[in-house]
Amino acid sequence: MSAEILARVQFALTVAFHYIFPPLSIGLGLVIVIMEGTWLRTKNDQYRKMTHFWVKIFSLIFGIGVASGIVLEFQFGTNWSAYSRYVGDIFGSALAAEGVFAFFLESGFLAVLVFGWDRVSPKFHFFSTLMVWIGSTFSAVWIIVANSWMQTPAGFKIEGGRAVVTNFWQVVFNPSSVDRLLHTLTSAWMTGSFLVMSVSAYYLLKNRHTEFAKASMKIGLAVALFASIAQFVTGHKSIAGVAENQPAKLAALEGHWDGTKPLDLSLLGWVGKDSTTALGIPGGGSFLLYGNTGLAVQGLKDFKPEDRPPLQLTFQGYHIMIMLGTAMLGLVLLAAFHLKRGTLWNNQLVLKLLVIGVLGPQLANQAGWMAAEVGRQPWIVYGILRTNDATSKSVAPWQIITSLGLFITIYGLLFVLFIYLLDKKIKTGPEDENSEEGDLKLGKQEVLA
Amino acid sequence: MTFETYQIIWFLLVGVLLTGYAILDGFDLGVGALLLFAKGDTKRRLMLNSIGPVWDGNEVWLVVGGGALFAAFPDVYATVASGLYLPVMLLLTGLIFRAVAIEFRSKEESRRWRNGWDIAFSVASIVITILLGVALANMAKGIPLDKTYEYTGGFFNLLNPFALTLGITTLALFMMHGAIYLVMKTEGSLQDDVKKWGKNATIFFVVMYVLLSGAAFLWAPVLTEKVVANPVLGLLPLVAFLAIANVPRMMVKGKEPWGFFSSCLAIGALMGTFGLGMFPNLVVGSDGTSLTIHNASATEPTLTTMLTIAMIGMPFVLVYFAVIYRVFSGKVKDTALHY
Repeated sequence: MSAEILARVQFALTVAFHYIFPPLSIGLGLVIVIMEGTWLRTKNDQYRKMTHFWVKIFSLIFGIGVASGIVLEFQFGTNWSAYSRYVGDIFGSALAAEGVFAFFLESGFLAVLVFGWDRVSPKFHFFSTLMVWIGSTFSAVWIIVANSWMQTPAGFKIEGGRAVVTNFWQVVFNPSSVDRLLHTLTSAWMTGSFLVMSVSAYYLLKNRHTEFAKASMKIGLAVALFASIAQFVTGHKSIAGVAENQPAKLAALEGHWDGTKPLDLSLLGWVGKDSTTALGIPGGGSFLLYGNTGLAVQGLKDFKPEDRPPLQLTFQGYHIMIMLGTAMLGLVLLAAFHLKRGTLWNNQLVLKLLVIGVLGPQLANQAGWMAAEVGRQPWIVYGILRTNDATSKSVAPWQIITSLGLFITIYGLLFVLFIYLLDKKIKTGPEDENSEEGDLKLGKQEVLA
Repeated sequence: MTFETYQIIWFLLVGVLLTGYAILDGFDLGVGALLLFAKGDTKRRLMLNSIGPVWDGNEVWLVVGGGALFAAFPDVYATVASGLYLPVMLLLTGLIFRAVAIEFRSKEESRRWRNGWDIAFSVASIVITILLGVALANMAKGIPLDKTYEYTGGFFNLLNPFALTLGITTLALFMMHGAIYLVMKTEGSLQDDVKKWGKNATIFFVVMYVLLSGAAFLWAPVLTEKVVANPVLGLLPLVAFLAIANVPRMMVKGKEPWGFFSSCLAIGALMGTFGLGMFPNLVVGSDGTSLTIHNASATEPTLTTMLTIAMIGMPFVLVYFAVIYRVFSGKVKDTALHY
């Protein structure tokens, strides 16, 4: 296997694993802000219990997010050194900004959020919760700015064999960063809120912690409803941006070959050697983009084969994401309908769907990112630098096989442990009023000194 | 300000970030290295909870230091990360395990589970510390680089005597630093244990430091040349030495915070000595091509923008870090253990 393929696989796997966690942090963080804010406002103790419970889960998620995130920061240097030299002026700046503005904030105030309950006033604790959530959001801002610059580079010139900043605002507010940021944030809110709904639904099905579950469900559902609808709005804006700035990528995402024909809106399909078989609405894509079902859109045949991304992964990732997004919106609308009617708490079907619904955003996130990043190929910076010119020339395949093996083993272990501990915490449930036992009880094997 | 001035400023700022990391995560790693000396679940939990709230924020200094290196000196970031590939991967493995071990550790009652994660936490802390020392050592000793700044050496030459010496010296330093931190945070019989470990760690460090100085003269002349040529620069390593000597003095007087402050000062002075020797090099090349602040920096627009980012962001960071540390000041109590 070539060093390039190995490097790409390694990055894909490490970023895919990492991406299970930050969206949960950002989304769950929002839910916790709402819960704790409600407690402060209403003094209703149920909300204090909810906050305590979800903060424990948040802590578990955050820890693995941090651990897997550091790997990515250094991986640009380890496996993509040519890329780092070429665009370090720009990409490195965004990463450094992420550290200064986001990581310090979220990791700093995490201390008070998790450990500071008895040491600070309720108002200061809430402020800390807010800071952690804002920090996680800022983190999304800067990494999406960096990634968007790879998709739609702006505010730079090539000089002396590297990219040099000519306008930092244009670097940050490049053509795609705002749309993609909003889309990523709304997807994070879905990821977190669906977890909350899933756990709440589980408790309701088991007839345990019912008051807790109902209150949590209402908040989760409200966030999920808003986010699911916003997803489609932000998603549409993002793809419209791709049509304008990355026509080859759009053609691949849609499996559109003939540039003389309008773009169909395909619901599902399969990309062949030089045509796509799909079930869809003819001209639907052109309509969504330009309001006219007859307008032609650039197709894959307008681009040289070496300038096209891998088609199947791009097409399928995109369509799977949309299908899941649609299903999630449907589920959320159904749940909201039943909540309004007062029939949600006993509706076995909807509750069961909500339990497995936790997987929806996770799978959609992965599918969407696969479409976004594979769809950007063969470029690592669209139109400027090719992926196969970006690798670390001094790193041999055997070294990458070693590190890849290491990550697969470690992340596999961590994933199993994460699911096990998460499941355990969920099954244990929120603590009772008079026994704050999880935190304070010392181990049974405690040896008296 | 000229381009050269910005390059010097960024050399200093990257140094400050890495020094900040050493001072802060240094005691986290030190506590980790000392963990297995503690016997009994409660004592270990007390140690872990002493760093529990702050270790994550402390680790961010490494992330920001790395990010700053990437932005300000992209060629250094690229050469070191790709050239020292397997050591960096091992470092990342250590960082991962350190992070998850402390989080997972107390979530099960089983003794095997808890002991297992304690070992993971401790070994990870030790491995991280030694590797950081090894990396710094090689950048000072010199590694073979070709004209395109790519590393041309192998893996085992990175584990040379100088690198191992600095690696172990760093371990001794952090164990001392961690012990002093623990003296401030603990009480009773655990504090008695910690004071003992602190004394031993200080002796360990002094011995290693003497060996390291000798090793530097032998193998990393870049670190000693300037002081030899201009003895007045010897003030910096002297401050380090005095600060270290002051540590046991303060501990004996029961003035532990001053002891900790001295330890922080020592780390700062040691990093300063290292930086002084290295300047203007960032990575010494043993084949003639070195990476310096002049040939390996980003272009001026990036250096100026980054400086603005740092000047806006860092004051906030310092303020809220101070506030948060204040919230968690005082002894760790066994009635409130989260980890």
